[in-house]
Amino acid sequence: MTIRLGGIIFGLGLTAVLLLWSLLPGALNFAFPEKPDYYAFQEENISPEGGFSFEGPMGNWDTQQLQRGYQVYKEVCSACHSLQYVAFRNLEDLGYSEAEVRAEAASWMVPGIDGKDGSAIERPGIPTDYFPAPYANDVEARAFNNNAIPPDLSLITKARKDGVHYVYSLMQGYNEPDPEDVAKSPEFETPPGLYFNEYFYNINIAMPPQLLPDIVTYADGTEATTEQMSADVTAFLTWAGEPSLIQRKQTGFFVIAFLLFATGLGFLSYKSVWAGMKPKKK
Amino acid sequence: MSFAWANQYEPKNDFTKWIDEKLPLPRLVYSAIGAGYPVPRNLNYMWNFGVLAGFFLVFQIITGVVLAMHYAANTEVAFGQIEHIMRDVNYGWLMKYGHANGASFFFMVIYLHIFRGFFYSSYKAPREMIWLLGVVIFLLMMATAFMGYVLPWGQMSFWGAKVITGLFGAIPFIGEPLQVWLVGGYAPNDSTLNRFFSLHFLLPFVILGVVILHIWALHIPGSSNPSGVEVKKESDTVPFHPYYTAKDGWFLGLILTFFAAIVFFGPNLLGHPDNWVEANPLSTPALIVPEWYFYPFYAILRAFTGDLTIPFTGIVLIEAKLLGVIAMFASILVWFFLPWLDKSPVRSGSYRPLFRVFFWIFVVCMAGLFYLGGAKPEEPFIVLSQIFTAYYFLHFLVILPIVSQIEIPKPMPFSITEAVLGKDDDAGSPPTPPAAGKHDSDAPDGALQPAE
Repeated sequence: MTIRLGGIIFGLGLTAVLLLWSLLPGALNFAFPEKPDYYAFQEENISPEGGFSFEGPMGNWDTQQLQRGYQVYKEVCSACHSLQYVAFRNLEDLGYSEAEVRAEAASWMVPGIDGKDGSAIERPGIPTDYFPAPYANDVEARAFNNNAIPPDLSLITKARKDGVHYVYSLMQGYNEPDPEDVAKSPEFETPPGLYFNEYFYNINIAMPPQLLPDIVTYADGTEATTEQMSADVTAFLTWAGEPSLIQRKQTGFFVIAFLLFATGLGFLSYKSVWAGMKPKKK
Repeated sequence: MSFAWANQYEPKNDFTKWIDEKLPLPRLVYSAIGAGYPVPRNLNYMWNFGVLAGFFLVFQIITGVVLAMHYAANTEVAFGQIEHIMRDVNYGWLMKYGHANGASFFFMVIYLHIFRGFFYSSYKAPREMIWLLGVVIFLLMMATAFMGYVLPWGQMSFWGAKVITGLFGAIPFIGEPLQVWLVGGYAPNDSTLNRFFSLHFLLPFVILGVVILHIWALHIPGSSNPSGVEVKKESDTVPFHPYYTAKDGWFLGLILTFFAAIVFFGPNLLGHPDNWVEANPLSTPALIVPEWYFYPFYAILRAFTGDLTIPFTGIVLIEAKLLGVIAMFASILVWFFLPWLDKSPVRSGSYRPLFRVFFWIFVVCMAGLFYLGGAKPEEPFIVLSQIFTAYYFLHFLVILPIVSQIEIPKPMPFSITEAVLGKDDDAGSPPTPPAAGKHDSDAPDGALQPAE
């Protein structure tokens, strides 16, 4: 009996030692993780003061802001970034009239074919056209951008973790490295042709800083600070990523209100059906 | 196939009489999910998830059929078609988000349904067939969900498909040709997308068929219940309608409220941002993970990091990848043997003090695997996956059989009526003798078999 008990205790002890032994490297790695050399520079995403107008369950578009953001996309981003899933007709969501959308579309040149001989030409856009791509293909895009492809922006706020705040932060992340962080990561350097950005996943981004103060002159007279333009273009790209965002939230309110009402009625009918069926246990 | 006291369908007018003579479909429905199906009166809310799973299956089929009207299974355009649905199709965003999150909710209620079965031993005699069919449904659901996730042709679609189809390549000898045959090429491509679309459309109807068998098998012994004591007499049961239709109805409303909150206010919370990037075979995502509902099995797959070798010779018997594949499939296939692994005659975990402890440890183990399946493949997550995987199999293959042998169950109520009311006038008197023509009972607690 004592031998059997001793055997069990010995076995359990051996198992415990083996378990702890196997967990040791993991625990060490968990406590002192190996960090990439740029870790000190990584920053949490920021958001504008008071948040975006479209955030939260009651959010709505700020059409003035969307129009300003569209202006930033048109005058700055569109030089390198496509917006392939958005059509000019969609711009009516931004508060433009049909005639304004027609005029806006015509201000873009889109690929077309000559009506007489079928040769490839460029023609002014019409509302049913989609935003044209700045490069003919990926090879051309790489050739012009230090071997990096500028991503399409039509889904960018959904295609990155915490995308809305990420885009807003990234636009403002071209700061001088903090000397304290530099001291922590002496190995780190930004190679020529890349730019330091504390919100990019490995800090060195191929896109040069774009939203320099007053790079656009807003039609509504708003001062074009980097912060302002970042917020505006983020709002525009959020709309571009999901034009139905506000309709979705507004529909959701009605659906949830209805469901709560129906669930309440259902609960009352459940109570009435079961009345008297469940006497209290003694 | 019901209890002797079950209400019988009585057509009220000439038309329903005529129908009942020609095709007694209303009679079938009445006896299956209407007032003609006596159900134990003591079911708790864990018994609501079967009906909810049925609801989400139908919901997925309806939204899926509508989505299929606007989708095109072609790698050139599939990703753009999803955007077409999101932007141009009337309420297409509702269909897309409803379908994607509907899959998540379907799995959520199925997991609760399965864990109800684990705790109350719904797999024990005489309900083994219901359980076996349920495991088949779960396997079909996994296949369907996996193929559905490939259809949007985003980055995670492509790379998820590549990883999972690559598993077949681990099978010795026939693995590689089998993989090429299944995928229709060396990597997921247009043929893959087309066959996955075809099967993703077909399998839900197969699931529906097996669900009908599952419910049919359920109606032979009738529903289980939290006391684990079989139904003995009429006072133990209530008719399904209106008692459980009312209970399921309001609970469905509650779950749908949560569902609507996700669909309308956080439709991407359960998804992965990488799937909003079009598939690119040249760019591997930093971390390839499946949808959250596959995490436990993905954790088991990834737990195997070393080959099985003959010590000191370097001869590889089984490669690590194949070990992972075997373990992943075995982790579900072991459920098929559950009715014969857990030999305890007591069904309900409420009367099994020792089993109950291990049940909750197992729940923690599953929660851990859920977390680890989505974690980065680095320490300490790898070792933790290995420990949790080992415990997963230990639970089914060692702990359950031993516990069912050594456990001393708590005293059980004489009947469901006693469990509910605290007393039963028939208790102490000999059990009602079985009526003529009925089979002898082999139910563990000596309960009556329902009349045929």
